[in-house]
Amino acid sequence: MGTEHVETEVTLTNPTGLHARPASLLVQTAAKFKSNITLEKDGRTASAKSIMGVLSLGADQGSRIKITVEGEDAKAAMQALLDLVKDNFGEK
Amino acid sequence: MNIKGIPGAPGIGIGTASVLNKDLNIPRFAFKNAEEELNRLSDALEESKKQVTLLKERALKNSHKDVADIMEAHLMMLDDPEFLGKVKQSIQEEKLNAEFAVWSVAQEYIETFEKMTDEYIKARAADLKDVAERIIRNLTGTLVDLSDLPEGTILVARDLAPSDTAQIDRDHVVGLVTDEGGPTSHVAIMARSFQIPAVVGTKTATQNIKNGDKLVVDGSEGIVEISPEKHVLEAYEKKLSGWKHEQEELSELITVPAITKDGTKVKLEANIGRPEDVETALKFGAEGVGLFRTEFLFMDRSSLPTEDEQFEAYRKALEGMKGKTVTIRTLDVGGDKDLPYLGLERENNPFLGWRAIRYCLDRKDVFKTQLRAILRASAYGNAAIMFPMISSVEEVIEAKKVLKEAQEELKKENVPFDEHISVGIMVEIPSAAVAADLLAPEVDFFSIGTNDLTQYTLAVDRDNQKVRDYYNPLHPGVLRLIKRVIEVGESTGKEVAMCGELAGDDKATEILLGLGLRVFSMTSSSIPRVKKVVISSQKEQSQKVAKEAARL
Repeated sequence: MGTEHVETEVTLTNPTGLHARPASLLVQTAAKFKSNITLEKDGRTASAKSIMGVLSLGADQGSRIKITVEGEDAKAAMQALLDLVKDNFGEK
Repeated sequence: MNIKGIPGAPGIGIGTASVLNKDLNIPRFAFKNAEEELNRLSDALEESKKQVTLLKERALKNSHKDVADIMEAHLMMLDDPEFLGKVKQSIQEEKLNAEFAVWSVAQEYIETFEKMTDEYIKARAADLKDVAERIIRNLTGTLVDLSDLPEGTILVARDLAPSDTAQIDRDHVVGLVTDEGGPTSHVAIMARSFQIPAVVGTKTATQNIKNGDKLVVDGSEGIVEISPEKHVLEAYEKKLSGWKHEQEELSELITVPAITKDGTKVKLEANIGRPEDVETALKFGAEGVGLFRTEFLFMDRSSLPTEDEQFEAYRKALEGMKGKTVTIRTLDVGGDKDLPYLGLERENNPFLGWRAIRYCLDRKDVFKTQLRAILRASAYGNAAIMFPMISSVEEVIEAKKVLKEAQEELKKENVPFDEHISVGIMVEIPSAAVAADLLAPEVDFFSIGTNDLTQYTLAVDRDNQKVRDYYNPLHPGVLRLIKRVIEVGESTGKEVAMCGELAGDDKATEILLGLGLRVFSMTSSSIPRVKKVVISSQKEQSQKVAKEAARL
């Protein structure tokens, strides 16, 4: 099985950004995959599997985030994360 | 030797000292084998995870969902690959010992979090501090697990935080001793509701007491005996068995109605701080809840509780009391509480400042959310609303205006609520007592808060060691104010209750009965003792006692 590499930029549209429940949800989702998942905002990067890293980004509503995924299940992982963002992390 | 403090919760506890050291020492040392340091780290992490999981499960079992959520966040931090990666790197590359590595990496994150403008992330800094401290304490073997103390423990600490006290196993801890705090401090209130004898405000307990010392805690007198001599210990053992006997006797009073010898009916109610407390209230024979403090909904969090969250809590208390009255006091906070998300600031004089109803009338959004939640819950039992810190009638009128708006909104939304809900005020500012006749037309009931009424009338801060002897709720000046409110209540047909500490003090019961008080609300466990005085009292005698006390 080969290593895949995918990256996308998204804008957060949910009200609280990557705080509280959305941040936990993102970390829990990322943790299900084997791939390395990195988030980047304003030049600061963090592992999507790290709650503290994700919080350190200070991403709020309207933030642009670059998601980079590398690994054998990269495509599936990316899809799962994009679904979360599109669904506003289940917020209204 | 013995040391003196302030009686925090009555009773006698005999047991072994466990001194809670809250000073965190972070050792720094050189090591040869990095592998060994990494193993120590991983053992401490496993231990920490086990402890936090237990706390989380326990919180869920007691339906403290807010606490469970915080524990879940702690678990995520304990599993955080980026954080742990950095710690391991510091151990391997910078040759930092595990304790120091955890501390310095955590410190980096804490600084980042604290710089954020977002309140939620700022609050995570405190969580991380907590988590880092737990790991370090597990590494150094200095963690005292309050939920797992051996039987017969007397806990000694500088002060105990709400989360500390909440963990305590009531069957194993037989006494509490603290350096700080006063009779109305959090520890004292919790100890009374847990029925654990406590002495607070000793100033020196943690210096004088060592782990393993044999201790006697006399929570009624405010005395702690350290390694007592045989005859002292025997005297206390005797006293303890007498106390136990008295408790048994009092427990027989729980089902007896509170009626004086000459047939006057008295209502004894409970003060509660959380919906779960109604269980204890009913157990001690409370005929209602005279004071439901709602501050717990606002503490230990970084954003406002939602209307639904509040509704659930109020409904739980109302349903639990099965049709008996539950008097819900609206938010009573000020600058003495550290709740940055409420926009409260430190004030020079928080007790004379922007607090309670004054805050709510300026923050009508916060106020109306709470009123809507109370109204919605009123459909599930017998609720009453009480406004704290009223100084004049205009505040009552304005508060009722907001209540009216909330009622109209709910009507429009077709949400059921009790349209005839009782609305009353706390009488705790002297002006409200003096001018009670002006307030009476606007309220359904008065409830006298004796702690603040005494503080404000006598101009004394009871937590200030230098002046606390001036604090006297039985001061003739205070008693005359109480009498004034009762008289206004009698002439206008408005119920007058008392929900301050004095209502639960059986040494004051006779005086209060003599002044004409008929509704007493207190810590649940005080109800039987007050009832004992009620059932043996007679009008003529109590009026005489009251007259003497008020020097009338």
